[in-house]
Amino acid sequence: MDRQLTAWALAAAQALLFIAAAPLLAGWLQRCKCHMQNRAAPAVWQPYRDLSKLMRKRLLLAENASWLFRAVPYIVFGAMLLAAAVVPLIAVRLPTAAIADVIVLVGFFALARFFTALAGLDIGTAFGGMGASREMMVAALAEPAMLMAVFTLSMTATTTNLSVATEFILRSGLVLRPSFLFALLALAMVAVAESSRIPVDNPATHLELTMLHEAMILEYGGRHLALIEWASQVKLMIYAVLIVDFFFPWGIATEFTAAALAVGVIAVTAKLMLLSVLLVVWETVLAKMRLFRVPQFLGFALMLALLAMLTHVVLETGA
Amino acid sequence: MGIASLGLYNQAIILFASLALLTSFIMLAQARMMPLIFTFAWQGLLLATVSVLVAIVSKHPHLYISAALTFTLKVVLIPWLLYRLSVKLNMQYDAEAIAHPTLMLLGGVGLVIFGYHVAQSIVHLSGLATRNTIAVSIAIELLGMLLMCARKSAVAQVIGFMSMESGIFFAAVISTYGMPLIVELGVAFDILVAAILFGVFFFHLRDSFGSLDVGQFNRLSEANQPMPLRDAAAEPAPGEPS
Repeated sequence: MDRQLTAWALAAAQALLFIAAAPLLAGWLQRCKCHMQNRAAPAVWQPYRDLSKLMRKRLLLAENASWLFRAVPYIVFGAMLLAAAVVPLIAVRLPTAAIADVIVLVGFFALARFFTALAGLDIGTAFGGMGASREMMVAALAEPAMLMAVFTLSMTATTTNLSVATEFILRSGLVLRPSFLFALLALAMVAVAESSRIPVDNPATHLELTMLHEAMILEYGGRHLALIEWASQVKLMIYAVLIVDFFFPWGIATEFTAAALAVGVIAVTAKLMLLSVLLVVWETVLAKMRLFRVPQFLGFALMLALLAMLTHVVLETGA
Repeated sequence: MGIASLGLYNQAIILFASLALLTSFIMLAQARMMPLIFTFAWQGLLLATVSVLVAIVSKHPHLYISAALTFTLKVVLIPWLLYRLSVKLNMQYDAEAIAHPTLMLLGGVGLVIFGYHVAQSIVHLSGLATRNTIAVSIAIELLGMLLMCARKSAVAQVIGFMSMESGIFFAAVISTYGMPLIVELGVAFDILVAAILFGVFFFHLRDSFGSLDVGQFNRLSEANQPMPLRDAAAEPAPGEPS
């Protein structure tokens, strides 16, 4: 009984840590990017300042905003909170692992995206509708690629449960699996597209012709905007942690002792910092692509995911 | 028998073989000339690495020679020749428009499945633990063919042809520990001569057609003159007040 209580407390603490650390990751990304581009860098906790400023601001709503428009930030943030709760950040075998299914995770993302698109349409401005249609186009192309990549991993681990799959990869040690390499590339491309980073979208601009995600949330302000921004930071972190869990799970805690958990925290911090440096390099060397090149980009991701599944069947199972 | 039960060298063979397959796909998707040539060189490097690894695993020292041949030809000499040519023809920054890029990639995936189906009946000839990579070698050949079919630029077609040859070489390494050395030397020489001949050919093509786009070749030389521009702007459409 006592043991179960600690496990639940740990699961809750992990989810809260996830939510609390997401702006920090965004700040670290921003700082690295500024350094990379020879600009003066803001402090790492700048996103926290931005969020708290937005939280304190007076809420302004458009005249024709319906209840949906007001509910969407909470729905989006709630979906991301639940998604963050199921992804193993510092420890596996937590009690939330029972629902930690990858398909559920993809479902949470789809839910958040659906409601954001509805909110974009709700006000009836041109930008909202345009952003919603673009976002749905990207999503429709990215989701099959993501599911394919995830299915490849679950074929190897024979489960779609995140926690169990992570543990399987941890136990099997270093095996050079080409299917994992391809799935990693596909998942990274999908993550870049889904979390609105360069080259698919540029979150730093509000240029009308190029924005995707920003166009949908243009009408939001105050604490609504803060929640949506926070949710998108959490989403980026979920993708990063997913990549880390699947492909480099070493260091994650499998038992609930203080030492193992400390190692887990340090390992995941180091891995996420490294991964964001890679993302920064990628964003610095690439330019944002035209919207009509995005299907080609995501088509390549889908091809990689299919190739991952094929190499798994052809080369890894043996004849 | 899963991949986890193989030794590290065999795992590395499988990994590099599938990376070579990936470079084939990158060549299919790559529209620019210079990266296309470099990707071809990377494929050569990966295949040379695979043959070195097979030499270590199967203890066939003559495979080192064929690896060295592959390296000098496919990584250094032919890419360098093609690079020189495209600089001389002033087309190193050219990018051709690929028709239906995503469809072509998915077609490539279909070819991989077909290669796997074909390889099913011949994998048992090989004694290697990594004999399943025969499917990969067939796929590399077929993808080279697809590159030749799908592209209009003569340089891309030559690269597709060379990539097909790489696939055949790779199949020989995997299935029968390489061909007899005399055959391999002959083929290597053929490839080199072919590369040089293609170079001469490119210059002739450009002189007589003014382009390396094979889509232009079936046009008559009179029709190749610049089309007289129809003065649509000056001529008012019927029914429109002038």
